[in-house]
Amino acid sequence: MEILVSSAVGLLTACGVYLILRLRTFPVILGLSLLSYAVNVFLFATGRLALNAPPILNKYKEVAYTDPLPQALVLTAIVISFGMTAVIVMIALSSYLTAKDDRIDMTDEAGEDA
Amino acid sequence: MNHWIIAPVVLPAVVAPFIIMVIRFHLDLQRIFSLATTVALCAISLMLMSQAAGGTVQVYELGDWPAPFGIVLVLDRLSALMIVLTSLLALAVNLYAIGSGWDARGRHFHALFQFQLMGVLGAFLTGDAFNLFVFFEVLLIASYGLMIHGGGKRRLQAGVQYVVYNLLGSTLFLFALGTLYAVTGTLNMADLAVRVAELPAEETALLRVGAVLLLLVFAIKAAVLPLHFWLPASYANAPLPVAALFAIMTKVGAYAILRMYTLVFGPDVSVTQGLVGDWLLPAALLTLAVGSIGVLGAREIGRLMAFAAIASMGTLLVAISLFNPQATAAAVYYIVHSTFAAALMFLIADLVMERRGGEIIAQRPMPQTGLIAALFFTGSIAVAGMPPLSGFLGKLLVMDAARDSDQVWLIWAVILISSLVTIVGLARAGSILFWESHDAAHVREPEPEPEPHEDEAEVEIAPKAPALPIVACFLLLGGLVALTVFAGPMMDYASATAAQLFAPVDYLDTVLRRTP
Repeated sequence: MEILVSSAVGLLTACGVYLILRLRTFPVILGLSLLSYAVNVFLFATGRLALNAPPILNKYKEVAYTDPLPQALVLTAIVISFGMTAVIVMIALSSYLTAKDDRIDMTDEAGEDA
Repeated sequence: MNHWIIAPVVLPAVVAPFIIMVIRFHLDLQRIFSLATTVALCAISLMLMSQAAGGTVQVYELGDWPAPFGIVLVLDRLSALMIVLTSLLALAVNLYAIGSGWDARGRHFHALFQFQLMGVLGAFLTGDAFNLFVFFEVLLIASYGLMIHGGGKRRLQAGVQYVVYNLLGSTLFLFALGTLYAVTGTLNMADLAVRVAELPAEETALLRVGAVLLLLVFAIKAAVLPLHFWLPASYANAPLPVAALFAIMTKVGAYAILRMYTLVFGPDVSVTQGLVGDWLLPAALLTLAVGSIGVLGAREIGRLMAFAAIASMGTLLVAISLFNPQATAAAVYYIVHSTFAAALMFLIADLVMERRGGEIIAQRPMPQTGLIAALFFTGSIAVAGMPPLSGFLGKLLVMDAARDSDQVWLIWAVILISSLVTIVGLARAGSILFWESHDAAHVREPEPEPEPHEDEAEVEIAPKAPALPIVACFLLLGGLVALTVFAGPMMDYASATAAQLFAPVDYLDTVLRRTP
């Protein structure tokens, strides 16, 4: 379980970083999305991994529960990263339509395809 | 509970949607509401500052939930000073944007402006680390809109870079917060401070990782050297009045460093001891050096001002990284100075750019050249740190505070040499912009304009330049002069702020409802 979650975070982060270092906006945006997935899973794991446990305290009997706060944090982070992705897609699109070029660096000469 | 503490967040948060939804097609109404809100924010924040000046820490518990469980806003001397600074800056920038007509060059300027203010003011007031992240996102998403206000190829391309860089920063911020939460189980700053101090030494590996990640995030915001690449392109290509407002955004990073690394990872915490000093000082010195070299090399006036802003962040971070009460007091003084000075220079750059384009080459003289040249000259004195304006006092205070440091000669040398380089760079730019343009031998002829129709030429000979932008510039200049004249009371306040930051017992007691 732990090895699965941690390797998932690592793999997503690695792919995200690789994609962000590309030259065109589309892979960069994909990379940012992958990174935000990675950070969501990571945040989820910060409350320790507990299986089949509700995020609610039971005052009648002793049952296992999982930390609810990271879930709230992940929810906030998901909403924010969703909004941010929408914004950057719009800005990248209008930049592409104005400049007829979707390169992310601001050089004027046409480079080779990424 | 003092409800005025949340007013600086709620007021713009209410006005901005109102502007979008109700008066989106009425520019005049938008201007009135936006300006009135900014004036009200100035009044509220000045009142809050007068309450905080006595040294009491006030806490506002949202929903009346006590501190580690609910979100709190905290008003102490530092946050009060920062919100006053923000609202005064916003007033000047808003006047300028209205006067110069920048707000009419695209839609929703005033709504985004208010959202930006909400984010910045919230970030200064909050006492919760995750809430700090949320307010960072609010101010960033508004700044994305403001940054590409007016459109244009270069601006949109620079906008994409700016957004990508800041989204990366946000991701890093979340990783840092997750790490801190995994170790301590809380994200309230006061509670974090207590838990971090209690943590046994063998469990602190992850904590150190979290502290370094957090420092990286704030360093991105503050444009410290290896992470400063977003700043010149973004600020130079943003509408310059917006860049003037962004002068406060780098200060948000500096504020967050001051807050987190005095409160949570304070000087007494052995785990992170020397973290800020060891890492930040060389980076800050390099930032200062690169900023001033950039001033020397800039070929375009927006970039010139952006590098001047980087250099002033360098000086500020040198003061912060010395990490003792005297240096922190100097840093607090310098924050106020550098915000006003950077904003003033961006506004002057916009005055120049509107009249003759942004390139620093000799051209025909522009209208009002004497007035603008005088403003540029005064602003340059402030930015470069020459007497008699507050830049000189600020740099003097920083250098005085560095006297006990081990690297005093290095710090003094870098500050003094970079000041000289900045002076040379600004003098070069100013003389090309304002003097060489009168010299007929140097004037590069602009491309011949199409012949105007005769009747048009008769009607509009010289459109009268609006006075409001100049008023806004003089407002900022007045702020700098006041900072110089009242340097004594201001320094008293700054020293009291530093004392409060380095003895956070009051803060902890008030936030966590402990009885001393």
